[in-house]
Amino acid sequence: MEPSSRLPSRAPRISLARLVVWGSVLAFLTLMGFGLWRTQEGHISRGLAPGFTLTTFDGQAIHSSDLQGKVVVVNFWASWCTPCGQEAPDLQAAFQQYQKSGVVFLGIDYVDTEPQARAYLRQFGITYPNGPDLGTRISQSFRIGGVPETYFIDRSGHVASVKIGPTTLAELQSILDPLVAG
Amino acid sequence: MLPTLGYLLLATAFLVCLYGIGASIHGVLAREERWILSARNAMLLSWPLITLSALSLIWLLLTNHFEVQFVWSVTSRSMPTYLKVTSLWGGQAGSLVLWSWLMSAFASVAALRRWDRDREFLPWVVVVVLVTLAFFLSLALFFDNPFSRFWQASNGQTLAAMFPPAGAVPLIPSDGQGLNPLLRHPGMILHPPMLYLGFVSFVIPYSFGMAALITRRSDDRWIRLTRRWTLVGWLFLSLGLVLGARWSYDVLGWGGYWGWDPVEIAAFMPWLTGTAFLHSVMIQEKRGMLKRWNMVLIILTYALVIFATFLTRSGLLSSVHAFAQSSIGPVFFVFIGGTCIISLALLLSRWDDLGGEEHLTSLLSRETLFLVNNLLFLSIVVACFWGVVFPLISQLFTGQQVTVGPPFYQRTTGPLFAGLLLLMGIAPLSAWGHTALQNLGRLILRPFLLSLVLLAVLLAVARLSDPGALLGFWLAGLVALVTLDEFWRSASARSRTHPEALPVALWNLVARDRRRYGGYVIHLGVVLMAIGIVGSQFFQQQTQGTIAQGQEIQLGPYAVRHDSISEWTTNDQRDVTRAVIAVFHGGNQVAELHPRRDYYFVAQQTMTIPGVYSTVQGDLYLILVGWEPIASNGATFKIYWNPLVNFLWCGAVVFILGTLVAAWPDPERRRSRASAPHWSYVPAKQ
Amino acid sequence: MFPQSSRAARQGPAIRRQLASLFWIGFLGGWAGLLLARGHAVAFQAPAPPPTPSADQVNAVARQLYCPVCANVPLDVCPTQACEQWRAIIREELGQGWTPQQIKDYFVQAYGERVLASPPAQGLNLLVYVLPPLAFVLGAYFLYRAVHPWRRGPGQAESTPPSPPEDEYARRLEEQLRKRS
Repeated sequence: MEPSSRLPSRAPRISLARLVVWGSVLAFLTLMGFGLWRTQEGHISRGLAPGFTLTTFDGQAIHSSDLQGKVVVVNFWASWCTPCGQEAPDLQAAFQQYQKSGVVFLGIDYVDTEPQARAYLRQFGITYPNGPDLGTRISQSFRIGGVPETYFIDRSGHVASVKIGPTTLAELQSILDPLVAG
Repeated sequence: MLPTLGYLLLATAFLVCLYGIGASIHGVLAREERWILSARNAMLLSWPLITLSALSLIWLLLTNHFEVQFVWSVTSRSMPTYLKVTSLWGGQAGSLVLWSWLMSAFASVAALRRWDRDREFLPWVVVVVLVTLAFFLSLALFFDNPFSRFWQASNGQTLAAMFPPAGAVPLIPSDGQGLNPLLRHPGMILHPPMLYLGFVSFVIPYSFGMAALITRRSDDRWIRLTRRWTLVGWLFLSLGLVLGARWSYDVLGWGGYWGWDPVEIAAFMPWLTGTAFLHSVMIQEKRGMLKRWNMVLIILTYALVIFATFLTRSGLLSSVHAFAQSSIGPVFFVFIGGTCIISLALLLSRWDDLGGEEHLTSLLSRETLFLVNNLLFLSIVVACFWGVVFPLISQLFTGQQVTVGPPFYQRTTGPLFAGLLLLMGIAPLSAWGHTALQNLGRLILRPFLLSLVLLAVLLAVARLSDPGALLGFWLAGLVALVTLDEFWRSASARSRTHPEALPVALWNLVARDRRRYGGYVIHLGVVLMAIGIVGSQFFQQQTQGTIAQGQEIQLGPYAVRHDSISEWTTNDQRDVTRAVIAVFHGGNQVAELHPRRDYYFVAQQTMTIPGVYSTVQGDLYLILVGWEPIASNGATFKIYWNPLVNFLWCGAVVFILGTLVAAWPDPERRRSRASAPHWSYVPAKQ
Repeated sequence: MFPQSSRAARQGPAIRRQLASLFWIGFLGGWAGLLLARGHAVAFQAPAPPPTPSADQVNAVARQLYCPVCANVPLDVCPTQACEQWRAIIREELGQGWTPQQIKDYFVQAYGERVLASPPAQGLNLLVYVLPPLAFVLGAYFLYRAVHPWRRGPGQAESTPPSPPEDEYARRLEEQLRKRS
């Protein structure tokens, strides 16, 4: 028989030290869990669209609050992003088609350089307002995961639809027609 | 057929694990040994099942079964055979299978040891090991299935699933994506298995620690039993980290070997707590103290191992954000959180049982110095963990993304590492229990004076002025001198008392106290690595230039001349651009280097392979800059001069050798164990 | 006290003073004008264009910045086209005479704080720099508390045996080895 090295058990003490240890461990785990959950959320998909101010390449300041009552298409792009170039003509065509319906098209240039951005706009003949996302504030408030991404905001300011990846004119029409009508 | 078979084998292994857990607990509660033995057999059975599953996956990889999603994502027809095998750990799904296979192998080794004297530990070791194994199997089965196949649904959509969805037909791609080019390197072939070996090894001491807590044992039996496991795990983890650094140096083409990337740090943290644990268990063995602290350390090491396993899966773009945004992140978080809470609850419930018999009595005793060692290691872990996790916290609270980069880690951990170096020079001279300052001073005097001579030489000859570098070199010299002095004194003392020549005395010393002298060899390895790190971090030089053929770039005393450049396409789907560079030192040609740029056109990825001229003084590291065009007016080259970096790799070799010495089983003890009949009582004297 | 001379008599020196000040004004004014005109001429004469910053100079600044899209990749080694564009911006701004700090500020304003290698030490980010030293100090305090109450008193410390001779060391070594095997 081996010499036993067990000691008699005692009832656990509720001491301040234990409370502090448990409190800090649980607080830390909760914090990490909450942080994980938030980052799992991904891009915004419903509810009120975040407010933003876009200063275009031409120096014009556009406030999201001024766009109340209008259908807004917010498209995130970059000159170094090849799929963005694929959808650019479609976006411009959709802009021209829905211009008289009052649909606002905004292009948000994500983490780009101005000369290249201007060249991109010239190349695809984009005429709707485009501006740089200074400090990546707008893209962070929309929680985008990459470019291109397009967010459709209805007349009440809520996010109606989200398109991840390059879109086509047909797709844009299928999303915008009900929004313009409704 | 084969994918289904592989999946079912994995699922069976999972069910076997669950059975083992249940049987073990039932056996303890009902006090029936046969249930516990059955659980042990279940643990043994898991290995052949997982082996067969892994072999079927490897077979699928080798035979180009591209309808299997994992095979498609990591292999292609043009890859050589050996790469197809190693692509098993080229993606998350396969590396989960590898992890499970290694875990079941080590579990079987643990199951096959003699359990006669530690019967009460067995059921709980089985439970903890099988819970870990079941967790990883469940990830492979339910979250990232390596046997999942492609199907084409009736609406034309491509799906990936294990079993055919309704109305879908099999879809067999003609070729796969191929292994990420960055993984096609010997370092990356060995580095993940080595790391995983290190990780799974640490599960065993953790399980024994939990068993000791559950069975209310307050002695150090669990530590003695798992001492070799800890050392072996630590060996593999160190090897894995060094290989990762070497791979990074050889292949990533930025002239460095450690970028303080979250992935690197995640694998580094369990090594840090593991090293702290290695040292502080010696205190528990010698003086019966710090039982609770050792429990805390092994629990931390286990939790960090699980955390690192996810972060270091073979996805090269992983970062903490990738961890957070993937579907597997929450599952891992729940497992780690649950582990922490359960382990903490167990530890706190046994807190009073684990009170030590002795106390720390002296500021300079070896126990206290080992505790200072622990303090420094854990402070480094806190700094590393905080730096890795802070970007997530910042994004959570302020919505702003931030980067915590190398400057933070260097400034925070640099002084702590210097403190550890200093400790390595003092602690071997301290005694257990109590050390008078005079004794310590007397012992350290000779090495200390010699180290000052060394410092003077550094100042005068090398004309160094950077205080951090001077401190680093001086400390490295001090530790080397103290350690060598220890060898010298012990050997000469022994040769005085025994009729042995000095070298023989040294050999016998090392043979009879492998742990201590192996540890000293490890310290010498660390010294060499420290020299390499200080040299390459503080004194790196670099330059970049575009030169035409025949032109030269200068960097320090070296000049490199662009001799020629050639381009061709290989038969494994890459365009190679190779430059021939002549290296001159002081006017004489000393080397010809061939930096290369490989463009894998299917994966659309470029890899830059450096040309390196290695000497004792350092490495001249040359890369063909990957993204600049190569035209008639020349090619762009980046040159790095990394002083003393080869001390790092040589030091790593010494380090590994020292660990082998320390871990080598003692022949005398093996003989005494084998001769005694296994059912009799053998005095616990190890 | 002064003789009440006639106005005409006082006007003499006054006129001289006025003439003198006129002269000085003219003289200094002239010089100033000349200098200004010279400077103006210098400004018009377009200065020699500053030399294109070398790759090393660009890399010296780029090394302190991080790629805004790829995670944890410093800007001087990032191979993507986007990073190439950002390095071109650095080259252009260096050429215009911007200091590295100005370039870094520009990048922060354009792309957010994540381009910096370390978070700026303000607001919540202070926590990054404060917590690790705090943890170390806390740990050191606990360690000290663990040792201090149990330290032997000074009287006992003096009664430690004198340094043992070398053979004593050998004897202790043997004892240790015996315990190990």
